[in-house]
Amino acid sequence: MENLGRLGFSEEQADLLEVATNFCRDKSPMNKVRKLIEDESGYDREVWKEIVALGWLGIAIPEEYGGVGLSLGEAAPVMEQIGRFMLASPFLSTTLAAQAVLAGGTEEQKQRLLPKIVEGAIATLALTEDSGDWDLSQITARAEKNGDDIVLSGKKLLVCDAASAQWIIVSVRLDNQPALVLVERAQLPQGALRRETIIDETKRSYALTLDGIRVDASALFDPHKARAALSHIHLAANLLAAAEMIGATQAVIDYTIDYLTTRKQFGKLIGSYQALKHPTVNAFVGYEQARSHLYSAAHCFNEQGTGEIATRMAKAEADKALSYAADRSIQFHGAFGFTYDCDAQLYRRRAMWHAAQFGDAAYHRKKLAELLL
Amino acid sequence: MTVVDDKQLQEFSQGADAWFRDNVPADPGFMLPLTFMEVGTDQQFNFLRDWQHKVWEAGYLGAAWPKQYGGGGLDQSFQKAATEAMRRRHAPIMLNAIGLNWTGPLLLDMGGEEQKQKYIKRILSAEDIWCQGFSEPENGSDLGNAQLRAVREGDEYVLNGSKIWTTHGGYAKHMILLARTNFDAPNKYAGLSFFLAPMDAAGIETTPIRKLTGEFGFTQTFFTDARIPADCLMGEEGQGWLIAMRTLEYERGARGGQAGGYVITPLDAFSILELAKKAQRDGAPVMDDPVMRDRLVGFLIEAQGLKLCQERGRIAPLTTDRPMALSLSGKLMWTEFARRLNEFAMTLLGAKGGYYVGDESAVDDGLWTRGYLNAFSATIGGGTSEIQRNIIGEHVLGLPKK
Repeated sequence: MENLGRLGFSEEQADLLEVATNFCRDKSPMNKVRKLIEDESGYDREVWKEIVALGWLGIAIPEEYGGVGLSLGEAAPVMEQIGRFMLASPFLSTTLAAQAVLAGGTEEQKQRLLPKIVEGAIATLALTEDSGDWDLSQITARAEKNGDDIVLSGKKLLVCDAASAQWIIVSVRLDNQPALVLVERAQLPQGALRRETIIDETKRSYALTLDGIRVDASALFDPHKARAALSHIHLAANLLAAAEMIGATQAVIDYTIDYLTTRKQFGKLIGSYQALKHPTVNAFVGYEQARSHLYSAAHCFNEQGTGEIATRMAKAEADKALSYAADRSIQFHGAFGFTYDCDAQLYRRRAMWHAAQFGDAAYHRKKLAELLL
Repeated sequence: MTVVDDKQLQEFSQGADAWFRDNVPADPGFMLPLTFMEVGTDQQFNFLRDWQHKVWEAGYLGAAWPKQYGGGGLDQSFQKAATEAMRRRHAPIMLNAIGLNWTGPLLLDMGGEEQKQKYIKRILSAEDIWCQGFSEPENGSDLGNAQLRAVREGDEYVLNGSKIWTTHGGYAKHMILLARTNFDAPNKYAGLSFFLAPMDAAGIETTPIRKLTGEFGFTQTFFTDARIPADCLMGEEGQGWLIAMRTLEYERGARGGQAGGYVITPLDAFSILELAKKAQRDGAPVMDDPVMRDRLVGFLIEAQGLKLCQERGRIAPLTTDRPMALSLSGKLMWTEFARRLNEFAMTLLGAKGGYYVGDESAVDDGLWTRGYLNAFSATIGGGTSEIQRNIIGEHVLGLPKK
């Protein structure tokens, strides 16, 4: 039998889970989440400074680059609680960008970028293109060498937090091979970024036009590592997305239970009706299983083979669990569930967003079929 | 907590593995029950009783139960290692499920010294088979409404009424019995009492019930002026519901202390892969069909998730929000999964899904079709899945009962 992963939980994870739960609960009450939806940047700079001070950006960055030196799995409980309380910040984007630097950057880039990221410099990834393909190696954006410079062309979509970022790491095709290039956001031509209208309004995303961007040759990541780095980013993104989704699943189930235990119809609390009680239990049991998968993926993430299997299982199950729990939450809130004011829509939109990024449940099952059957 | 000597545990574990390798019986030439609820013939019963006795004698059953009652007196980790060895070596099930898993831990936790001396060792050795008298023809899911009447007369209780779905009813020496001693109690629960009843008392008779599979495995049990000694009462009159609920916690795996081994053959989702690899559709292997691949992977993910939930239940920081959640949802998750997995297996059989046990063309001797039908024993018995959802909804999520 294949090794599909197993559970383990470090003391560091336990500490981070507790700290993150209290911090996110405190800093991100629902009225704050709603307020930040209206804000252009979408996050609170003061809270970001506190996140930096807590050291969360450095969790998965080696000590030699100023980080804490744990694995990415240790960031899972933090991401889970961020998702549970819908705390808006560029944490996900920046953590993934740091993973890209670690997996694909040159030594010089690691030394230059990572300590700054630990100190709160925001970074993000520009990977997706108009095809909407989840395979990150399907790239049409181009890079061409021009003397000591590299000239970029083409277009990237769904670049998260780009307007707040200091650095954008862009996937391009160079000499017909995938490559990663570092772009300083400050050097973008006027109008290169267009804010996109996306389903999850707590997040910020931009289209990036590459035409006319010219960078120094030193901005090119290690060309020999590009493919491996893209694979790593894909899995890291799915691990953290699964964590953010699992947190949201817990929250939406709690939110539903609140309503089922206070709303009365026909003289009875509606949670006493089995037509509502039983599907809520089904959602909860789905959440419990998905959460077990998440912490298996977090524990095994760095293991060759097993890490990929466990991570894909976690994302597939997180998608299923959150989609179902949030879908039923809308329904069980009745007509109120159909309104913008009901928080159920926030969770359903969150599920739709993450299903669309880096692969939905069916996509990961297909990849698992290739690995397991 | 006892300190476990790693070296001793390792040696024990290796010893168990070697013992099961050498002693797991060869195919007896008749179908062995996959679960304790499927023991339908004397041949099956005797075979499994001998097997349990042999495992106990070797020290691999009840290893963590106290020595003075026939156990091994070791830490729980030793029994766990022995059970893992059974699983690895595909050993047959333990027969005396109700004794080993429900009555035994109940008596060890709540029973008197005399009861422990009298019953525990004989549970382990399979000398005394136990059965359970909870459900009645008119009271299944509504267990608290049990009506079997127990009236105290001198040194005896006189029993009248009937119990049903009595697994091992025809073989059992004793029954854990929920009966009503007080019809005037303030509520239905307060009138119940709990007995350790001898099945050979005059006036207790069992009638086999034929299951949907066509086989036998449980009985209806009739009590007609049956007299049992008054000291068969466990605890005091009126404590029946409390003790019965405790028993159900052992039964559903929500509370530990069981003797070890397994009474239901562990379901290996990968075994379905072997079936799928042999299956053919439209002249091509089923394994080439993307829809079937998706479904297969879905089952592998789910099986893995259930396994991980068991592991997570042992990691305290990952169960803080609703500590009872994993233990109380285990039965629902596993039994429903088993039912659906067996159901899926049938589609892999193609036209041969139409065969049943006994036909020479049946795939795996009809294991899958029979397995599907038998899977309902677990989604219904011990509290239906619907009752389990009520329990989880009310006790874990705090949803209102009424």
